[in-house]
Amino acid sequence: MLKLHRFHGGLRLDGHKTESLGRGLQQASIPGRLFLPLRQHIGEYNKPMVKVGNRVLKGQVIAANPSLICAAVHAPTSGTVSAIEDYPVAHPSGQSDTCIVIDADGKDEAVEPTLVEPLKLTANEMIQQICRAGIVGLGGAAFPTSPKLSRGKANGIDTLIINGVECEPYITCDDILMRHCAAEVLRGTGYLQQILQPTRTLIGIEDNKPESIAEISKALAQTPLTNTEVIPIPTIYPSGGEKQLIQILTGKEVPHGQLAFDIGLFCQNVGTCVAITRALEKDEPLISRVVTICGDNIGEPGNWEVRLGTPISHLIELAGGYGHAAGGHLVMGGPMMGFSLSGDQVPIVKASNCIMVMREETIPHTPGYHDECIRCSKCTEVCPAQLLPQQLYWHARAKAWERTQEFHLFDCIECGCCSAVCPSQIPLVQYYRAAKSEIRTAQKAQFKSDRARIRFEFREKRLLLKKQKDEERRRLKREALQKKHAKPGAGEPASDPVQAALERVKQRKKSAQEESQ
Amino acid sequence: MTSVIVSSPYVAPGNTLKRLMIQVIIALLPGTLAYAWFFGPGVIINIVLAVLFALAFEAGILKLRAKPVMPHLTDFSAVVAAWLFALCLPMHSPWWLVLVGIGFTMVAGKHLYGGLGFNPFNPAMVGYVVLLISFPREMTTWYLPTSVSGETLSLTDALRYSFGNVDIGQWDALSSATPLDQVKTAIGQNISISEIRSSPVFGEYGGKGWEWIACWWFIGGLWLLLTRTIRWHIPVALLGGVIGMALLFYLVNPEIYASPLFHLLSGAVVIGAFFIATDPVTAATTNMGRVVYGLLIGLLIYVIRVWGGYPDGVAFAVLLANMCVPLIDYYTQPRVYGEK
Repeated sequence: MLKLHRFHGGLRLDGHKTESLGRGLQQASIPGRLFLPLRQHIGEYNKPMVKVGNRVLKGQVIAANPSLICAAVHAPTSGTVSAIEDYPVAHPSGQSDTCIVIDADGKDEAVEPTLVEPLKLTANEMIQQICRAGIVGLGGAAFPTSPKLSRGKANGIDTLIINGVECEPYITCDDILMRHCAAEVLRGTGYLQQILQPTRTLIGIEDNKPESIAEISKALAQTPLTNTEVIPIPTIYPSGGEKQLIQILTGKEVPHGQLAFDIGLFCQNVGTCVAITRALEKDEPLISRVVTICGDNIGEPGNWEVRLGTPISHLIELAGGYGHAAGGHLVMGGPMMGFSLSGDQVPIVKASNCIMVMREETIPHTPGYHDECIRCSKCTEVCPAQLLPQQLYWHARAKAWERTQEFHLFDCIECGCCSAVCPSQIPLVQYYRAAKSEIRTAQKAQFKSDRARIRFEFREKRLLLKKQKDEERRRLKREALQKKHAKPGAGEPASDPVQAALERVKQRKKSAQEESQ
Repeated sequence: MTSVIVSSPYVAPGNTLKRLMIQVIIALLPGTLAYAWFFGPGVIINIVLAVLFALAFEAGILKLRAKPVMPHLTDFSAVVAAWLFALCLPMHSPWWLVLVGIGFTMVAGKHLYGGLGFNPFNPAMVGYVVLLISFPREMTTWYLPTSVSGETLSLTDALRYSFGNVDIGQWDALSSATPLDQVKTAIGQNISISEIRSSPVFGEYGGKGWEWIACWWFIGGLWLLLTRTIRWHIPVALLGGVIGMALLFYLVNPEIYASPLFHLLSGAVVIGAFFIATDPVTAATTNMGRVVYGLLIGLLIYVIRVWGGYPDGVAFAVLLANMCVPLIDYYTQPRVYGEK
């Protein structure tokens, strides 16, 4: 039996998981119009590969970028590209972003798949296939999977960790996926093992999901996977955070400034495993995902397999519409780490694990007003990164950016535990997010101004050099000319002809005067 | 439909300032009642006066500072500060003494620094120390426990003390130095501990009455620990500091140095450990820092009591330690995840 470890702090929260688990995994219908943001991952922007008016097939690449840290976007169904414009997207700032709009034709015609036997592929071929499928981490961070796999493979992996923890309240999309697609999760795990060659594999699942643990264990017994274990872990938020799960399962901490694969560990979410399975076995790109829809203002909470680009309004309609009152407060993600959406026209993207439809009254924080910090340190007690949130808040509020970094601002994982326990109801995480973005903006500006300064200095130097060269050339030329002129009249300077003419005129005038007298 | 952007988390707050303050008030009740039981209704009059004055000052200043009045008044932080301040006063203090002290507590101690959360010094201790230095006669006229003096003051008598034109000192029969004071004076006159212990103001271990009140403060403190209103670090370190120092010197010479139990059960050590030093605003915030902070207060209490100019040193010790808090916090930062 594996010895489990504890991470610092954390919270025991009401799970609210049962509400959305009652109806199994439902297939969402395809909406008439889909909105696909060009970037749905952490990394570089994609460029559109289609033009307005083009007909696209399900699975066809519609946006891509050859850059390494990138994931292509595929058409989720067949139809016509009707616009490539800015639309509201799922982003904490509520901003708009460029989307490719597809008017579905209802035929759902797919690109002809190229089927291969995944077991016969080399690791690099598998990574390329995963890259082509546009797969990103489906746990929430949406980091492109193929570069992570390449780096992991290059570093050598000792332990592969499959993350089925799903620690945040309300969200059940991974739970439902493990219950309904256990075999696919494990086949994906097998492919990861094939790529990374780990010595052992641990599948971590929180002990509030006994059905998932049973399903995965049952399916595991029927697979040829070796050195693979299902590990039930205690239900403490945020045990599903990558660093926390690593700490629970291995007792190791990812050193400051490094990533998990630097210490031979590799984490992947169960949803990503299923996506990998489908990409390798059926040549199916990432065009749909499981989304939990829940909250106290939705008719029928549940889990839906949704095509990416589906507007949330369509999903809400499928889930029985708004409950008590139309509208309400929409949150993407869970209650701890999610963010408010500007409206229900926002589309589902690769990172959308959950849509919470809440009544405006049940949202606790009134923006704009909170009590002052009384330094009670409840936040310190619960911080899984072992930070001093109240000191960070103090410096973030004073805009003392350097001090915030001294207090390890960038080690904050934004889990929200500190905000949840604060007796003064200070939205601490919001302060940290704002501070981080200010610092990043300043760093970018600094980088730009540094580059501009270096360019300017180089230009000045170049111009000065050119000037010196020109002067030198002119001097040489002048000297050469002087030498040339000096040769014929060497010695006496030539008499001035003007002066001589004037003398002559004077002489003539003088003689004329003398004559007249 | 566009909803207002609100930052996560979206869970209902489990904790509020008001709840914390109410826990402190609940924890103060047993000790306060015991205090009144041993020393008469003057204690309660002090508390009621102090709370009323404090709320008036708080409301006035909030108005001057153009801050919302009701949300701050109803967080009960002023009530807790006033209550703690009132407990430091001698029973039967005149009303103006309470007024001046509370004025300094609320105005100079709290709001001049920016209000709740911004004051570097414990406001109740600021008010108390100002009085101690400015009105030494009034502040050192303590009364005997009713069991010793045999006199039980009625409520009307007590009110006459507070509001009437009664000159203190006129009631010599009732007033007396506190046990801590007597020990200090006696040691100064080369009288040994065992000799002064025969005085009627001494009880089993500490001062008569005082030792029982300390026990009730302790029970209130346990309540704070159980409800996780405070953590154990500061009280344990503070009590450890006092007991450690007292034990060390008691073992050296028990005739000059009083026993650890005497120090523990006299004066304000227990209430200081659980209620005063644990004021989160002015205390250290890291776990290690809290241990250092508590120990520092404990050592200072003993040093001031034994070698300083005042019989008890809790207020001065707390204020001195408050000054060290930024330094303590800076050098006791916990190891961050992922750091060696």
